[in-house]
Amino acid sequence: MNSGISLFISIAVAVNVLACVWLIWWTARGSAGKNPQETTHVWDGDLTEYNNPLPRWWLWLFIITILFSFVYLALYPGMGAFKGSKNWTQVSQWQAEDQAAGAALERRFASFKGKSLAQMSKDAGAMSTARNLFALNCSTCHGSDARGAKGFPNLTDKDWLWGGSEEAVYQTISQGRNGVMPGWGEVLGKDGTDNVAAYVLRLSGKPASAEAARAGMAQFTALCAACHGAEGKGNQALGAPNLTDNVWLHGSSMKDLHETIANGRTNHMPPQLERLGETKVRLLAAYVLSLSEPAHDAGP
Amino acid sequence: MQSAMDSAQGIPVVYNDKVVRQFAVMTVIWGIVGMSVGVLIAAQLLWPALNFDIAWLSYGRLRPLHTNAVIFAFGGCALFASSYHIVQRTCHVRLISDKLAAFTFWGWQLVILAAAITLPLGITQSREYAELEWPIDLLIAVVWVAYGIVFFGTLAIRKVKHIYVANWFFAAYVITIAVLHIINNLAIPVSATKSYIIYSGVVDAMVQWWYGHNAVGFFLTAAFLGMMYYFVPKQAGRPIYSYRLSIVHFWALISTYMWAGPHHLHYTTLPDWAQSLGMVFSLILLAPSWGGMINGIMTLSGAWHKLRTDPILKFMIVSLSFYGMSTFEGPMMSIKTVNALSHYTDWTIGHVHSGALGWVAFMSIGTMYALIPKLHGQRQMWSTRLIDVHFWIATIGVVLYVAAMWIAGVMQGLMWRAFNTDGTLTYTFVEALKATYPFYAVRLVGGLLFLIGMLIMLFNLIKTIAAPREAAMPLAVPAV
Repeated sequence: MNSGISLFISIAVAVNVLACVWLIWWTARGSAGKNPQETTHVWDGDLTEYNNPLPRWWLWLFIITILFSFVYLALYPGMGAFKGSKNWTQVSQWQAEDQAAGAALERRFASFKGKSLAQMSKDAGAMSTARNLFALNCSTCHGSDARGAKGFPNLTDKDWLWGGSEEAVYQTISQGRNGVMPGWGEVLGKDGTDNVAAYVLRLSGKPASAEAARAGMAQFTALCAACHGAEGKGNQALGAPNLTDNVWLHGSSMKDLHETIANGRTNHMPPQLERLGETKVRLLAAYVLSLSEPAHDAGP
Repeated sequence: MQSAMDSAQGIPVVYNDKVVRQFAVMTVIWGIVGMSVGVLIAAQLLWPALNFDIAWLSYGRLRPLHTNAVIFAFGGCALFASSYHIVQRTCHVRLISDKLAAFTFWGWQLVILAAAITLPLGITQSREYAELEWPIDLLIAVVWVAYGIVFFGTLAIRKVKHIYVANWFFAAYVITIAVLHIINNLAIPVSATKSYIIYSGVVDAMVQWWYGHNAVGFFLTAAFLGMMYYFVPKQAGRPIYSYRLSIVHFWALISTYMWAGPHHLHYTTLPDWAQSLGMVFSLILLAPSWGGMINGIMTLSGAWHKLRTDPILKFMIVSLSFYGMSTFEGPMMSIKTVNALSHYTDWTIGHVHSGALGWVAFMSIGTMYALIPKLHGQRQMWSTRLIDVHFWIATIGVVLYVAAMWIAGVMQGLMWRAFNTDGTLTYTFVEALKATYPFYAVRLVGGLLFLIGMLIMLFNLIKTIAAPREAAMPLAVPAV
């Protein structure tokens, strides 16, 4: 802070507080024990004023708050650039609290260092913490029951966009994922898009025009198979979904599919490692894996 | 008492009661409008479908309409009415200009109308309590300057030497609101409905809360103290308790209020020193605030028996009690450690409404019940019994409202910051929201009761105006 500004603030504060002190002294002097007297002022026929002394308890209340301000401004920042004798800052207070909470977590889960996520997911206490972390950090998109929503993957099924191994799930949460499907509307045209959509619907055994699907097959092979595979079973290295399992991230209506194929889709899972730290990400990865375990169906 | 005569024509000079009458009636009407919107958005928090998927009825647009309507339409009209009434009665002169006074009435109604149209349309500056866009801000500035000319002009030609204490508070409010309004709304217009404020970042946040808190301090506190300082002694028929107390608490109040804004920005990017000063001055503000309560309540001592028969005095004494409570609560909430719990919770909403309903609305209602019959040539309102009914319904309403928000707020604060032993948070946000639902229901009931009270008031008002005039009030300015 500029020393001129610092001086200005300090003087303004001191003047205002001392003015209050002077006001108290000026109006309170010699008033104790005097009888209430009426001023000679009269307004509007019958409006008059007593001139009672200031109530003692009220004066003390005023004085105590002023004394408190002297003490507080000596201990804490306030008088311009003066940092206060306690050297307190809100950032250091936050850091201390954050570190204490982080240390408590690390202490609690130190024994899981080097163990597998599968082992971690069998520990009831660890999963209780992980469920809590999921609710606070993941449920906004994936839902509090982890069943996802349109555009946000269901984490309780066995369908993995980017792989369901321990390493793959840890990677997904720690570094995030960007799933990009390009739009083919201009290449395919409206009818071509509808044909491919029909083909994709029939891959999952959904009803669609067989004739359109036949027409769409050639285009699927030419344009879509590169990522989704010739059989439409997807590619986890690219995050290209399996199109044969009747799991629909962006909806399965003809309208939804048309939109997906014509305009493409961009999905983003934000990286969490920097924000949450390794222990929390491992807990979450173990939790997400546990959601797809058969044991999970029996309830937590 | 002999009336002052216009020296040239020998016609008795009478007070300008027309503008007071107009503002008084609109006080009741805008109160009902503003509180109805409040009840609707309180219901939307329980049943979000009540916005009917119409953008104009969405919570985000109606909430500023509610705050603007109750503060500036209901509260504003009450202050215009009472300040014009008081400045004439305590200066023993007619308003200096009838034309300018009429301009302030129609200008202010135009501002309110413009707010009622633009805010639901989503035209907003997104500044709390200053949402209105720049053309309306300009109109407000012009009306306010006219108000200042009428008020100070009348004060300047007064026939009494001493300026009555109520007028000190009105004077501070008229000047400060002008300064606050202009500085907070400095903007560069890019179209008729869009402008960009000249401040940015934390400086902007500080300007907004410097404005926001002083709007509370000077509009909702100082000005209503002015109203109190005339109507409480008048209604009680007692002298003001202490002249010297009014001097101390006036000067201390208006000087320390200016510093208190930063307590709205605790634990934000606002520098630590500014937060500390906001807290320290908010605490110093406690005693000066209570000076007004002491002067009001002690003025009533010796007239306590009147409370049995006069429901208007009941409104006033409960108002002063809520004033004392919320001016104690405010400094407490400005303490950083308390604020760490209360900030962003419904406790703040409870605090605001204990001030806005308990203090501001109760004082305004009591004042209007005292003022309106006089303005219409009646000794009293059509039904004193209905005033009493209004009093009890409104009291139950405000207690339900404030208690529900206190409990909800403390609960939210505790849930948000509860930690498990493993260092994680105990509750998700949505769990705290779910736990708040029952209290939203209680708050809705409280708000609804308060609105019903206002409807009873409107009925009483219509009956009073329609009744044949029984007593001519002394309209003429007394000779000095």
